[in-house]
Amino acid sequence: MSQSAVRDGGRLSMWRAAWVIARRDFTAILLSKTFIFFLLGPLFPVVVMGLAGGVGAQVQSEASVADVGIAMQSEDVDAMLAAHRELSTQIRGSLPPMVDLKRLAPGESFDARSVLEEGEGSLAAIVTGTLDAPVLTATQGRVARWQGTVGLIAGHARDGVSRTYPPVSTAVVGTSGAAENSGRLRTAQGGQVLLFLLIMLLASMVLSNLVEEKGNKIIEVLAAAVPMDAVFMGKLFAMLGVSVVGIAVWGSTGAAILYAGGQSLSDFANPGVGWPIFFALFALYFAMGYLLLGSIFLAVGSLAATVREVQTLSMPATMFQILVFFFASLAVTDRGGVIEYTAMAFPLSSPFAMVARAAAEEELWPHLLALGWQALWVAIFIHAGATLFRKRVMQSGPRGAVRSSPLKALSGMFRNSSTPSA
Amino acid sequence: MATAEFSPVQDTQRPLAIEARGLVKRFDSTLAVDGVDISIPAGAIYGILGPNGAGKTTTLRMLLGIIDPDDGYRRVLGADDPQDVARRIGYLPEERVLYPSMKCYEAIAFMGALRGLPLPEGRERGKELLEAHGLGHAIDKQIRQLSKGMAQTVQLLGTLVHEPKLVVFDEPFSGLDAINQGKLEVLIRGLADKGTTVIFSTHVIAHAERLCEGIAIIAGGKVPFAGRVDDARDRIPAQVRLETRNSDGPWRAALPTDARRVGDFWNFALPESGVEPLLKALIEGDAGIQSLSIERAGLHDAFVAIAGEAAARDMVTQDTGDSA
Repeated sequence: MSQSAVRDGGRLSMWRAAWVIARRDFTAILLSKTFIFFLLGPLFPVVVMGLAGGVGAQVQSEASVADVGIAMQSEDVDAMLAAHRELSTQIRGSLPPMVDLKRLAPGESFDARSVLEEGEGSLAAIVTGTLDAPVLTATQGRVARWQGTVGLIAGHARDGVSRTYPPVSTAVVGTSGAAENSGRLRTAQGGQVLLFLLIMLLASMVLSNLVEEKGNKIIEVLAAAVPMDAVFMGKLFAMLGVSVVGIAVWGSTGAAILYAGGQSLSDFANPGVGWPIFFALFALYFAMGYLLLGSIFLAVGSLAATVREVQTLSMPATMFQILVFFFASLAVTDRGGVIEYTAMAFPLSSPFAMVARAAAEEELWPHLLALGWQALWVAIFIHAGATLFRKRVMQSGPRGAVRSSPLKALSGMFRNSSTPSA
Repeated sequence: MATAEFSPVQDTQRPLAIEARGLVKRFDSTLAVDGVDISIPAGAIYGILGPNGAGKTTTLRMLLGIIDPDDGYRRVLGADDPQDVARRIGYLPEERVLYPSMKCYEAIAFMGALRGLPLPEGRERGKELLEAHGLGHAIDKQIRQLSKGMAQTVQLLGTLVHEPKLVVFDEPFSGLDAINQGKLEVLIRGLADKGTTVIFSTHVIAHAERLCEGIAIIAGGKVPFAGRVDDARDRIPAQVRLETRNSDGPWRAALPTDARRVGDFWNFALPESGVEPLLKALIEGDAGIQSLSIERAGLHDAFVAIAGEAAARDMVTQDTGDSA
């Protein structure tokens, strides 16, 4: 037999050992017949997203409040706002919010079109002119929806008892701050949902994989040869690799479908950071979120000896992650508020919150900060998970082994204990 | 704490492949291994004997670095941390498992890769080993397509593919038929002939008696004996088997009080005074000696004497149950 790399007899480096494990897991999953079901997986989230539309719509209605700005002479502004308040009490919910945009001096003109097209704030429309001849500037859809409403308010503002309403002139613009915000909000929500579903799917898969290997004792062959930390890392990164393949397939398919349907990304609201950077950030936040949750799930898997125990133990972890997801979703409605900053700071919700931010805001530096912060927590989580994994994964021995209950295992997770075997 | 009696193999000046002192392992409130001392010279075939639950696998796992001892230390191939020399160790656990979807030669190459053997080289060696062991027809088959015995052979070859200097088998004969047990014995002897240290755990005393130079007897987490097989046998006196023409007479006074009559024979331990005074007393007492044989104690008798009847009963039961 020829001389080989084993002649020096040292230990494999952590990364090389992890690479051996990851390569095996990666090719085994990719070449399995069931991988096709993995690729079909996103069909199911589409259904789930449809079902979750109610929640999303609620969030959107909260988050995408579109204001109608008033830019008239001062007394007209006051009259319009007073009429709006009065009418709102009688036909609540039907009137869009109205805000004091600018009080004009006599003879002063106001370029409503350029203000809207700059896309600042949440302005959806602007009313200019006078109470007798109001002018509504907005996108086509909103002009059609609000033309009568503006006439009603202006008529009420002019003469509270009159039943005559002034004609409302209109000016149509291509977009507005509200339209842009609404589109970005949809991108943010879509990104969050996709991120969440991908992460949950993959974390569950890596957990199943571990439990299977624990059950059939292959893990002992691995543990005898390479450090347990390397096994942990290898399994985690193998599934990350699988997910990259999946995302590439799904992304290409989605792009092909869009292209075939005559659409392109320019038809969608441009994310705050732009599409290329948004995709890059999405991939990074996905990797961070997956590594964070995957390390938790692997640690959970090391505590459990059977699939039933895994289901029992992973339920709280799953429910917690769903709560985290909803928390991050809520943060979308509180831009710049305490909820958003908390969601960005809390490690498990940070990837979701930051994906939403990438869709909504232009600044890049918060992402660099967040990625560094998340990377720190990934390192902490992986180290803690690997430690627990190493201590607990050889829990059960061959026949006749005494097994600790998962709760006992949890209580002793920081002790160096495992279970005897023959 | 360390209750084990330490009796290293002393007949050579060979370096030690494994040296363990006072190994202790607790699992929650259970003391699984309680002060194990073992010294195994390089190139030896060494058996770890004990019933299920005695602590054999836990001891092996500590020696391999799969789990860490709570107390004591181990030195394996000169390293304090067995993981530091993992590439020179081969390990076949009691549970024989491989990835079912892997092809045979890939499975062997993967096990080699875990021990640092480059994958292409592992594949080549895997094919060669399969051919050499009569499994050339199965090279491209998946593990799931093999019989249990063939899969066990593949895992065994995977354990050896990187040419380890120390091989540890946990219950290697378990589940094998008589023919394959014989083949495995030949393989183990072949490894030792090439200078590889072989350690195996077993609850079948006969395998240890045939193969081993040294043994450690484990019972209840303790090691009441560790040393050469001959030293274990010498723990109990030789057994005398006597047949006489006369059934009674003055010669009976020469027999020990615990002598047992089984059929036409008297069985008893050779008195400390030796065989000559016994013979003289029998002749002068007119026993009419028909036959007299003195047999050295077998390892089973030694095991009974060292580990106790209860542990020996478990061994016998398992031997009957597991071995073909």
